[in-house]
Amino acid sequence: MDQGMDLKPSTLNLRPEAGVQELFSSNPAARHGCGMMKGQLIMTVSKVSLRESVARVADPRQLDVSVQEVFETMLDWPCRRGPVPSQDGGLTPSKSVTAVVGFGGLLSGACIFRVSATAALKMAARLTGAEIADVDATVQDAIGEICNMLAGSWKSRFPELGVQCGLSVPAVIAGSDYKLRIQSPKFELRHAYIAGDTGFEVTIVCDSLQ
Amino acid sequence: MQPIRALIVDDSSVMRKIVERALRQAGLELGTLHEAANGIEGLELLKSEKVDLIVSDINMPSMDGLEFLRRLRAEKLAAGVPVVMITTESSEEHVRQAIQAGAQGYIRKPFTAEQVKERILPLVGAF
Repeated sequence: MDQGMDLKPSTLNLRPEAGVQELFSSNPAARHGCGMMKGQLIMTVSKVSLRESVARVADPRQLDVSVQEVFETMLDWPCRRGPVPSQDGGLTPSKSVTAVVGFGGLLSGACIFRVSATAALKMAARLTGAEIADVDATVQDAIGEICNMLAGSWKSRFPELGVQCGLSVPAVIAGSDYKLRIQSPKFELRHAYIAGDTGFEVTIVCDSLQ
Repeated sequence: MQPIRALIVDDSSVMRKIVERALRQAGLELGTLHEAANGIEGLELLKSEKVDLIVSDINMPSMDGLEFLRRLRAEKLAAGVPVVMITTESSEEHVRQAIQAGAQGYIRKPFTAEQVKERILPLVGAF
């Protein structure tokens, strides 16, 4: 884990009289080119390029930190990188659930979250606090939301993306006979994780960086 | 204190339940709880229902949370009611847009119940 990374999710109360420095004091890394004077917002939008930053964006530790943050905060379930177990929570069972959240703009690509049906049920139960027997709409919604938070958490590691990289709403596929094909990405991070006895896979693909 | 009438706007029904649970865990006594799956549904609901607190996502289909907030203020619906954004979008620009649109609070997903307590309860006079 990157010990230098601030893992605390940022929360802000917004008051009109609060200055920008105060508003963003919890996230100094995100501060760039903005200021507020006497209630007037002044924003300097500089031309941003990530082309020189591929190595940083493709740093696998950024994904690990994001995955750990989402699982520990929202599911109270510590996880670590590791081989996906072959039983129970593994990805070998025929039925699986895959959620995709797209990135568009300065960075184009997707965050893909793939779990077995068994793992999906466990994660949905932890997220909602209710046991669910089948991979129904609630389970698919839960897996989509986890993917959404993974994508948002990962994107937030790169403040320069900001509003210049949008997130799509999650798309979720559940079934037993499908393949997801990604065509020649600029880079791809595909990591397997284990939480308890349950495995899952998170992939970040980037088609283009502007 | 009277129970709080709240509106939660999020396209995910699971996330609406999580937010509701977090509000209760934070010690908020919820009265009537309204839910909407996007900004259009939220605006429609507020034409006939009074609420004390609005919690909204940003990324939603049909009408996103920022546009919902802008129209809410433009149409003078729920005047004076605090709006808190709970969203995966955490960039400085998103926060600024939310401030300009009239949000009083901003919480990034993933979030803890403690953060909900710290950021939302003071806005409804319950802290």
